[in-house]
Amino acid sequence: MGRGKTIARRSFLIGSAVVLGGVAFGTYLVKSDPENPLAQNAGAGDAVFNPWVKITGSGITLVTPHTDLGQGVTAMQAMLIAEELDVELDQISTTPGQPAAAYYNTALAAEAVPFRSNDDGFAASAMRETMGAVMKVLGAQVTGGSTSVPDSFDKLRHAGAVARETLKAAASAETGIDAGQLKTERGAVVLPDGTRMDYTTLAAAAARMEPVTDVPLRDPSQWRLIGKSQQRLDTLAKSTGTQVYGIDVKVDGMVHASVRSNPRKGAPMLGFDATAAEGMRGVQKIVALPYGVAVVADNTWRAFRALEEIEIDWDVAPYPAEQSGHWAAVAASFTSERLDKEWRHDGDVDAALDGADVLTAEYRAPYVAHQPLEPLSAVVRVGSDRVDIWAAHQLPRFVQQRVAKRLGIETAQIHLHNQFAGGSFGHRLEFDNIDIAVDVAREVPDTPVKLTFRREEDFAQDYNRQIGMARGRGAHAGGKVTVLDLDIATVSASRSQSKRLGAPVPGPDTQIPAGAWNMRYAIPDLRVRAYAVPELAPTSSWRSVGASTAGFFAESFLDELIHAAGADPMEERLRLVDDDDARGVLEAVAEMSDWGGPLEAGKGRGVALVTSFGVPTAEVVEVTATDAGIRIDRVWVAAEVGRVVDPVTFENVVAGGVIWGLGHAMNSEITYSDGRAVQDNFHMGEGMRLHQCPVIKVRGLENGVTVRGVGEPPVPPAAPALANAIFAATGTRLREMPFFRTVDFV
Amino acid sequence: MKLMVNGREHEVDVEDDMPLLWVLRDELGFTSVKYGCGIAQCGACTVQVDGIAVRSCQLAVGDLDGDVTTIEGLGTPEAMHAVQQAWVDHQVAQCGYCQSGQMMQATSFLVLNGTPSDDQIDAAMSGNLCRCGTYPRIRAAIKTAAAKLQGA
Ligand code: FES
Ligand code: FES
Repeated sequence: MGRGKTIARRSFLIGSAVVLGGVAFGTYLVKSDPENPLAQNAGAGDAVFNPWVKITGSGITLVTPHTDLGQGVTAMQAMLIAEELDVELDQISTTPGQPAAAYYNTALAAEAVPFRSNDDGFAASAMRETMGAVMKVLGAQVTGGSTSVPDSFDKLRHAGAVARETLKAAASAETGIDAGQLKTERGAVVLPDGTRMDYTTLAAAAARMEPVTDVPLRDPSQWRLIGKSQQRLDTLAKSTGTQVYGIDVKVDGMVHASVRSNPRKGAPMLGFDATAAEGMRGVQKIVALPYGVAVVADNTWRAFRALEEIEIDWDVAPYPAEQSGHWAAVAASFTSERLDKEWRHDGDVDAALDGADVLTAEYRAPYVAHQPLEPLSAVVRVGSDRVDIWAAHQLPRFVQQRVAKRLGIETAQIHLHNQFAGGSFGHRLEFDNIDIAVDVAREVPDTPVKLTFRREEDFAQDYNRQIGMARGRGAHAGGKVTVLDLDIATVSASRSQSKRLGAPVPGPDTQIPAGAWNMRYAIPDLRVRAYAVPELAPTSSWRSVGASTAGFFAESFLDELIHAAGADPMEERLRLVDDDDARGVLEAVAEMSDWGGPLEAGKGRGVALVTSFGVPTAEVVEVTATDAGIRIDRVWVAAEVGRVVDPVTFENVVAGGVIWGLGHAMNSEITYSDGRAVQDNFHMGEGMRLHQCPVIKVRGLENGVTVRGVGEPPVPPAAPALANAIFAATGTRLREMPFFRTVDFV
Repeated sequence: MKLMVNGREHEVDVEDDMPLLWVLRDELGFTSVKYGCGIAQCGACTVQVDGIAVRSCQLAVGDLDGDVTTIEGLGTPEAMHAVQQAWVDHQVAQCGYCQSGQMMQATSFLVLNGTPSDDQIDAAMSGNLCRCGTYPRIRAAIKTAAAKLQGA
């Protein structure tokens, strides 16, 4: 299908509005939802307007509401608008704007995802996976689920095109020259005689025009920016130490604070003795909270130090105190009562296994913390008629609504100044930093409070990735894999997370089997069942969510079956694969890695193919078994994304996803003892360090019809490809993450 | 007490045992110096003292003996150091939170070893964590910067 036909008819309406000194182009959202806080002052049928492009006499501002977590979305959003607006990236400034319903993430809402008539059930299935349980609930201004690109791709180009054509119409009205004879370039309308009329000078006139909304989007062959390498907007600032992150925000009169919450997460604080802390230098206030104690001081370190001097009595954990209890709960969940859903059953697995030579295996995946390098922080000022929050958050509207509820005030009084984040990986979908900063700031009214988590507190309070196990049964015949039966039991991170959002998700959790049930293989007898372990320690979305565990289980067990059948791991996958996009990425990594070519002694290669967030991604990992342990030498990765919008960021983020997947599979876990997370800083679970980093070759394939994001899909294949490579090199099969429990790494 | 930062003298009234990191961030406003772990595990807080990379979270300000350089002292957006320029050329940063520390480490290392081997780069840079996984570009940028500094 040609891409020209794939422009979806969206339910949004692009229009324009007069703003001080100029014009804004953006989205009208008709008030249909009485809960919509931004429309509170609007009557039924009134429209609330939110801009994407603002042009005044003094400049051009592009609004980029997706939160920049390091994945480059600010630059990507600006690029999409600029492509159609005909401005260069050095002519504009960007702002995340205020959170608003009009920045509704269309890619996350199932009904807004255009299914094409030629999509068979399988493609539809892949899409259902994307629409994970949590994602449905979060159908709002969300950055997550690798959706920023698909959400923005048409919408922002359209906003840019409407602005461009309206500015041309304004120039036409002013000069009497037919709009068809006008061109646009570098932020100006160009008349046939070469005269330039800057957008900034046309802004006031454009504000009075009826916006030109029936604008076709340009053919990809005309693109100047999309798909081309260029300098990311934030590269200069991030190379010179001038990028400001949430933790760096300074507000006049600001004080510093830090907190210790019950490390037995979710349990209350019973009592404390702060005598030793009270007289310490710089300490301004000790704040008792239901869940812990905070110190307000004139310097972050003084707050940290005072916290250490406070004796606190904690209640017991609302989950098993010891790690063995967590594993026991998982192991006990492979029962018909805990069956969340049988997600797939091709053929007849029970009949096929009956009497066969059955291979069985059991796998484990631990809790893992997010721990982006920037610790959690938030600056909050609670004033008498407004509350200001400076923090980086993936769910800005939820932040507003939540804080309004917490303080018993109107949502419109909450002003969130969303910041650049020093990483997230799902961490900034949770609200502890916001809630606590608000609780502390209300104790010192009108004073901005910067709350900073100590790294140890950040580890202790993280909402980790789901813990889980899988049990596989399978068989082969005639050198081929014939039966694969996989039971997966994990806690439901989606339910844990959505419960905290106050929006429990009905129905089975799509994330428990994500990356496994949708495997793009035609195995004659294939079954995938998901079991929901009752909630233990609270969990949340961790980069690639369910696929980071289920993908490991599925691709490891398939590899075991292939080896048992005596087949080649790549050839057998290529024989089994039943989807063009998935075959494409497998063939790509086979070619890139020269799979089947000669290998030196001690080396081994593994391959894995996992589809998550609609993106089939294949990876080949090559390792050497050295005397000092496993060394990861090279990785080849190919992902089918439909369209590589920003090649420089694409390569960086895909390689980073591989490193994330490998590093955590190597050495990262959270275990519990005495109800507390044992691992409390980067000396215990550091992920990958530079000396361990392989050479990584990245390829983006552009055959698919849908443009997709790639923040998460490179993660799930990394762990199984590594385990499969280690098996090839050493004969040791790794069935439990982290792998350093079984093998050493160089 | 007095301390020199980027060639300018600053006066602060703090405890001797306050880590240099917090003096720089909260007392003097150099927020380019990042807090990551506080225990010498991540390198986000790396600055230079008399040109040598140190973890500012580990150095009590009372023990400071020398001039401090932060990334601002290395170069500015208008006049970048060769290492910063290489970071731009290779577009190293994702979130960028680790990168000031990475560049301060790399610059100090390149002064000591102008023609580093791959293994030497790996050894010198492995104390600096990057959670986003920009390691391949860090390696490439260091090689570019080394070549440029040698040519200079
Ligand atoms: S903050 Fe100093 S090494 Fe991590
Ligand atoms: S770029 Fe994010 S931690 Fe290094």
